[in-house]
Amino acid sequence: MSDSSPLLTLSGVNTHIGPYHILQGVDLAVPRGALTMLLGRNGAGKTTTLRTIMGLWHASAGAVRFDGNDITAWATPDIAQAGIAYVPENMGIFADLTVRENLLLAARSGPIDEARLRWIFGLFPALEKFWSLAAGVLSGGQKQMLSIARAIIEPRRLFLIDEPTKGLAPAIIGNMIAAFQELKKSSGATILVVEQNFLFAKSLGDAVAVMDNGRVVHSGAMAELAEDRDLQHRLLGLHLDQHQ
Amino acid sequence: MKILAAILSGDPPRGRALTFLLLVIFISLAFAPLLFHGSESLNVAAKICYFVVLAASYDLLLGYTGIVSFAHTMFFGIGGYGAGLALYGLGPSWSSILIGTAAALVFAIVLALIVGLFSLRVRAIFFAMITLAVASAFSILASQLSAVTGGEDGRNFRLPEALRPGFHLHVGPFTINGRIIAYYLIFFAALILFLLMLRIVNSPFGRVLQAIRDNEFRAEALGYRTVVYRSIGNCLAAAAAALAGVLCALWLRYTGPAVTLSFDIMLDILLMVVIGGMGTLYGAVIGAAIFVLAETYLQNVMAMISHATAGLPVLPLVFDPDRWLLWLGVLFVLSVYFFPFGIVGRLRAHR
Amino acid sequence: MTARGELSLPAQRRDFVPALLVPLVALIALPLVGSPSTWVTLTVAGLAMGMIIFIIASGLTLVFGLMDVLNFGHGAFITVGAYAAAALVPLFAASLRADSMILNLLALLALIAFAMAVTAVLGYAFERVIIMPVYGQHLKQILVTIGGLIVTEQLIIAVYGPVQIALPVPTAFRGSVIFGDVAIERYRLIAVVIGLVIFAAMLLILNRTRIGLLIRAGVENGEMVEALGYHIRRLFVGVFMAGSALAGLGGVMWGFYREALTPGMGMDVMVLVFIVVVIGGLGSVGGCFIGALLVAVTANYTGFLAPKLALGSNILLMALILLWRSRGLYPVAKR
Repeated sequence: MSDSSPLLTLSGVNTHIGPYHILQGVDLAVPRGALTMLLGRNGAGKTTTLRTIMGLWHASAGAVRFDGNDITAWATPDIAQAGIAYVPENMGIFADLTVRENLLLAARSGPIDEARLRWIFGLFPALEKFWSLAAGVLSGGQKQMLSIARAIIEPRRLFLIDEPTKGLAPAIIGNMIAAFQELKKSSGATILVVEQNFLFAKSLGDAVAVMDNGRVVHSGAMAELAEDRDLQHRLLGLHLDQHQ
Repeated sequence: MKILAAILSGDPPRGRALTFLLLVIFISLAFAPLLFHGSESLNVAAKICYFVVLAASYDLLLGYTGIVSFAHTMFFGIGGYGAGLALYGLGPSWSSILIGTAAALVFAIVLALIVGLFSLRVRAIFFAMITLAVASAFSILASQLSAVTGGEDGRNFRLPEALRPGFHLHVGPFTINGRIIAYYLIFFAALILFLLMLRIVNSPFGRVLQAIRDNEFRAEALGYRTVVYRSIGNCLAAAAAALAGVLCALWLRYTGPAVTLSFDIMLDILLMVVIGGMGTLYGAVIGAAIFVLAETYLQNVMAMISHATAGLPVLPLVFDPDRWLLWLGVLFVLSVYFFPFGIVGRLRAHR
Repeated sequence: MTARGELSLPAQRRDFVPALLVPLVALIALPLVGSPSTWVTLTVAGLAMGMIIFIIASGLTLVFGLMDVLNFGHGAFITVGAYAAAALVPLFAASLRADSMILNLLALLALIAFAMAVTAVLGYAFERVIIMPVYGQHLKQILVTIGGLIVTEQLIIAVYGPVQIALPVPTAFRGSVIFGDVAIERYRLIAVVIGLVIFAAMLLILNRTRIGLLIRAGVENGEMVEALGYHIRRLFVGVFMAGSALAGLGGVMWGFYREALTPGMGMDVMVLVFIVVVIGGLGSVGGCFIGALLVAVTANYTGFLAPKLALGSNILLMALILLWRSRGLYPVAKR
């Protein structure tokens, strides 16, 4: 099944939120089986892009294609059922539900697969420990782990992850990098990650796209961007070593 | 023309149909004693006058400040009881009226402040429900303090000499009786209060109020202390409602819970403001006029229909004159869907 | 490789304090009331009334928590439920008059089933026709649902007339059970039992079924539930119908409690229902339960001790609780 066409493409996507024109023609191709980093300054439109793909905000123009289907006007639940998992910026944890219930809800097709759960516990041991506790008592890092665990509890084709390292301590970020590398290796899934942390991006990204002012202004291999300090400075306004 | 613009505080009706309608209402009210015969017509006219003030004060609260409250009739009642109890207890004189009005205003404003400050602690939905509870409690309280308020029966009282029906003023060949003098007192008071409210909403203060209503977060970000503005808006609306209550008491020569504090009246002014058009003030005029006229005259029309459909199953019941509120309720629901800006909005859209 | 080494489990803070409020109020009232037998009577009356109010309020709070819809017309379902049951009473007249608990109970259940069916259907119509067009616009929701309430009440008056209709309690439920010198009305005991059954059923559904899971998650963050692949909007109509049916059930119980029906009966209760929903926290069934018991018990005690202050005391109660917890006893952790 070696298909080298992109799994997800955005062509000329515009999104308005009320009177604000956030996305002004986004063109993005997310390659299959790879991890693409979506970088950019605050307010560039990265979160809006993810939300538009997920159907939480509807594009006012342009098209979003997922594996050959035009999902631009689809309802969010249908987009999720097509195999796209979403980990939002604020994690979207149900604080009043237990860790177990959070995962149960995410396992759409019924009971949780034991083997899968073991694998997740291997990546995020804290979740096993706090299994029957209300998710609201978890720390920030643990909530993030739960949010990601929810996305991987069942096999999915595409992961949309919004700033997984935001507000986390450096030690936990190291944890997160390991978990993602494991995820990449074992599932071969396609991942699109929005990030501000360039170190994180560099260690995990295969491909990169940079946004500014509601458009994608650069896309290519991560390795290229990582070597070119001038390019980094131009696109992100910072150097590699500063942006951590 | 400039004088007119100044009087209307630069907020004219806008739109020919609307202006025409408002003129008809204005002229009918201004010349009511001459145009219509019989005390019932004058009653209707006076009722429209003080309901215009009450509805406009509610529009100030709901349409301009954006506060949903079900306790507005409380202030109406405070005004009515203030003037009424003063006239009852202190005797039928002008000073009684003044004292009663002043006391009512103070009470209303203080109460509005307290309620207003509480509203900032809780979400808007909560606030709406809380005002409902508070208004009920107030109404029950008024009925139960019967020693002071006359309980369920309320209080009848006499007006100062010049306003009594028996009083006659001879102006040249004309004889004007006290009732007509009372009417014009109410008419001009209502007119002045309405124009005052028009001025308030078109002042810098009023514009800030509207900005807060539209986007509180942004207004705060721009540096306006929304707490202060909303509280003042709240108090102004309460004061206007209290004054409307005074006018009501003066006309009816009676004050009591049924005519001032009942939840029905709260629903009535809600209907008036929404059907007329929220956030326009002119909407209150149209809404009040339609409502009072419907209440009085629609019933006759319905009685006719009810008789005409006598043989058929459900229809006579539904057209029974006592069910006029049913049809206004339907109109109300329809106007929320189809005329979100009320009649005023509709008329302005077709200039 | 754990993030923080071996941490002890964070204490699962089960918030029990609000649950203690009801016994607290009851205990405070005991010395004030004086006679223990009167106190028991009042307390049972309060619990019975509280259960009925809980049944009615639970639907309202779930609908608001889940759908963000404020239905001021909820009172209409109460009235319709009561009148629907009354309409069927002639059919069951014999069973209701018989002095047999079983027959009475069966008849009562039949009336309740009918009332709930009628109000569920009415709820469906209400949701699709009146509320759906104004999803997300709170002000308009308040307005149209009040409009719906007015129209419904007027229609009831049109059909049944404005005067009170009697609804006598079934024979075997009349009278009291005597314990020593304490008399407890039978009907009130039945009401308490029914209320507890409903509460238990709700907790079971909410905590042990997938639908309950969806509802609880949806109350917190509907958007995320959709992003997990569930068509939560399809759930809305069902929940709304359930809420309306519960109001209908409450209406039947309330009608028998007062042994009279009036067109405005729904609206009368709504003031207390709103107080309960505010006290309990929008979206919380547990908070609603405690709030309802609290309000009803307080109303009964003050109704006995100082009748003029009955409603005022509940408003004071509401104010105190809001000062303590400004979003209610058990606010749902919102987005």
